[in-house]
Amino acid sequence: MLGYYFVLALYSLKRSKVITVLMILAIGLGIGASMTMITVLHVMSGDPLPGQSAQLYVPVIDPHPISKTKTEEPLPDGNMSWPDAMYLLHAVRADKQAAMAAGALPIRPTQNTLRPFFEFGHYVTADFFPMFATPFRAGSGWTAQDDQQHARVVVLNADLNRKLFGTQSSIGRTVRLKDTDFRVIGVLDDWHPQPTFYAQIDDRAFGRNDQFFLPLQTAQELQLDFNGQLTCWGSGGDARTSDHCAWLQFWVQLDSTAKAHAYRDFLADYWRDQQTHGRFPRPEHARLYGLMDWLTNQHVIPADLDLQLWLALGFLGVCMVNIVGLLLAKFLRRSGEISVRRALGARRRDIFLQLGIESMVVGLAGGMLGVALAELGLWSIRQRPDGYAQLAQMDISMLLGTFVLSVMASVFAGLLPAWRACNVTPALQLKTQ
Amino acid sequence: MSLPPVVASLTRHRLTALLLVLQVSLTCAIVCNVAFMIANRATQLRQPSGVAENELVMIDSTDLDNNAQPLVRHATDLAALRAIGGVTSVAAVDALPFNLNDWSNGIALVPDAPSRATATAFNGTPGELATLGLHLVQGRDFLPNEYVPLDSAHDWAGIDRVPVVIVTRALAEQLFPGQDPLGKAIYPDEKPVRIVGVVDHLLRPHMHDGVDSEYATLFPMLTDSADVTYVLRTSPQDRDRVLKQAADVLNRLDDNRILRHAQTFVQLRENYFHRSRTMIALLIAAATGLLFVTALGIAGLASFWVQQRRRSIGIRRAVGATRNDILRYFQTENFLIVTTGIVLGSVLAYALNLMLMEHYEQPKLPVLYLGIGALALWLLGQLAVLGPALRAAAVPPVVATRTT
Repeated sequence: MLGYYFVLALYSLKRSKVITVLMILAIGLGIGASMTMITVLHVMSGDPLPGQSAQLYVPVIDPHPISKTKTEEPLPDGNMSWPDAMYLLHAVRADKQAAMAAGALPIRPTQNTLRPFFEFGHYVTADFFPMFATPFRAGSGWTAQDDQQHARVVVLNADLNRKLFGTQSSIGRTVRLKDTDFRVIGVLDDWHPQPTFYAQIDDRAFGRNDQFFLPLQTAQELQLDFNGQLTCWGSGGDARTSDHCAWLQFWVQLDSTAKAHAYRDFLADYWRDQQTHGRFPRPEHARLYGLMDWLTNQHVIPADLDLQLWLALGFLGVCMVNIVGLLLAKFLRRSGEISVRRALGARRRDIFLQLGIESMVVGLAGGMLGVALAELGLWSIRQRPDGYAQLAQMDISMLLGTFVLSVMASVFAGLLPAWRACNVTPALQLKTQ
Repeated sequence: MSLPPVVASLTRHRLTALLLVLQVSLTCAIVCNVAFMIANRATQLRQPSGVAENELVMIDSTDLDNNAQPLVRHATDLAALRAIGGVTSVAAVDALPFNLNDWSNGIALVPDAPSRATATAFNGTPGELATLGLHLVQGRDFLPNEYVPLDSAHDWAGIDRVPVVIVTRALAEQLFPGQDPLGKAIYPDEKPVRIVGVVDHLLRPHMHDGVDSEYATLFPMLTDSADVTYVLRTSPQDRDRVLKQAADVLNRLDDNRILRHAQTFVQLRENYFHRSRTMIALLIAAATGLLFVTALGIAGLASFWVQQRRRSIGIRRAVGATRNDILRYFQTENFLIVTTGIVLGSVLAYALNLMLMEHYEQPKLPVLYLGIGALALWLLGQLAVLGPALRAAAVPPVVATRTT
């Protein structure tokens, strides 16, 4: 019976080709636009560190003075001053903790004929590597003792390592960053979490590419250029080690919820303790954000993309209303035919099934067009110069999702018209004929 | 054409008509807001930066020789760059509109007071104003003896030694509303700095909301770190040649440096706004798509109705209605549906606008955009219905005598 209804649907659709094409086009456009944006947001809201992220937290303490001009508090950016970060680091109250800041340095190859070039990287402390479970291709990170001794060591990411040393082993060799020689002690295996959750969340959170990691204290001693936002308040100049300039990121690993609670209390105690020393003028509201919460809180997904998704869904909505209207007109026009079938003994649900299958056929065709259009849309997004562009790929689950969405959309769109059509009073229709 | 018969006929197709109204209203709501967003972003895109955009090229240089004297190095470089044919003036600066290199200070009017505005510091060598093409509307340019080094090695301590400042008109009005800013002192850090001039426009390295984008201060401070941006002013047709020559000249002087971001100001601006442009293109595509789909819907339903009513049309023709009457009938019907849709759509448009205002910092939708949306939909509706209506008008009276 289903096969017969399918054939009937094809006949019916063939009879009014233009309308059929219009419906398929409308559903295809709506689905294509929506799926493009859903896919982009899906890949962008993924977990940058699966398996690890649940134990990672950002402690947020706010040393800023109470603002007298602005009524609304800005978003806490989680940046810390040097003394606060060093206190938390040396207190060792979490399972693992690391302070970090972004940097850009001129790399001066000594081994080959390359011209000096700039590379982005991070200044971090020892726990960075085990805490984020960074995969090493060779060697390893450094120890807390290296941090203390301001060791001249560096961990390279795979690209920079290849550029400087080719395929040879680089462990133990030196690389010149700005004016200082650093010893390579580890090489990462193409580690590019997307977004780079550990950095200040800005326009470059996606597509950013850290190629070197070296000890934060060493960078501070050598006055290596820091790259990012440094906010100072009060007076007394801008200085990276002062207690009134925030610029460092701090991450902790806490293996259980109990430990997370304890750590939050520890932060609150620190806040109140600092208040007795005349710092932290704001009322205590120390917070601890989990990794994924932190990304949401910092709006890692640009508002424009969000808006694009809503626009696409709105578009799909209008397309759906459009199709409901067209199907309704189409089915009601066949009242005569339906009445004959009903008079010959077809039950309502037979009619309903037949018309439902007809709308599903439209949905399937629209879905296929939608997938093609979504692939086209994603391709065009990959041509954008944005950092997230390269992530815009459709996986199997999204592909299936597209089909399910389009069939659901068209069946849903067909429900009302089919229901109306199968409620046609046969006698009345037959009489008017 | 009287309305009652049209309305009466529509009540026979209540659901279908309602769906069409719904579609028109949704389209109206979205298209009005989208048009407004496009206009907003386009204004941002066109905001004047205050500099001579078509005549500027720049190149960033990072000196790798840590024993070098930056001030001496910059002076030597500038002299060599000035000698390039076609270059009218040059300057070494740190910040430029759109270059993202933003050093902002809270500006207070008395020492240790809360700041009244946050403004970007633009620092540069003598001739910066002339090179950038800034327009002084009040006061004077800096005097040669007012220049001090920025002292970036000691936390930019130059800010406490610099005697004078030039501000933008926007900042002057924020700090001293209704007063003459010339001669007034501001406190970007601990020490007072006297305002000696006002320029009409200068955008900050990042765009901010509203007038904040123009809160800028120009200081007679010489950048003395290894990183510097050289700006060259030349005629528009010479820009590419000058840019190429500039890199050669700098490398010939001393190649122990990294040159980056060699570009014209036009390119800098384009890069800064590439996302906005993509967004505008997407918004236009979405609005066009919506209007297109709605037109399809109107045309599709109209042609169904025409087919359905062939017999009635024939009867009307047989009892004396002209082709024109039939045409008008369908046009009136469409006008009625679209107008209802627009009325409902206006309400939806403001509801949508309220949501956008809350979540995306969108300003309030001006009524003008509703007018534009309504006009577009009326036109679209009439165009879409024209084909089916003409077909209806062509139905011969003889149809009345036939059974379907």
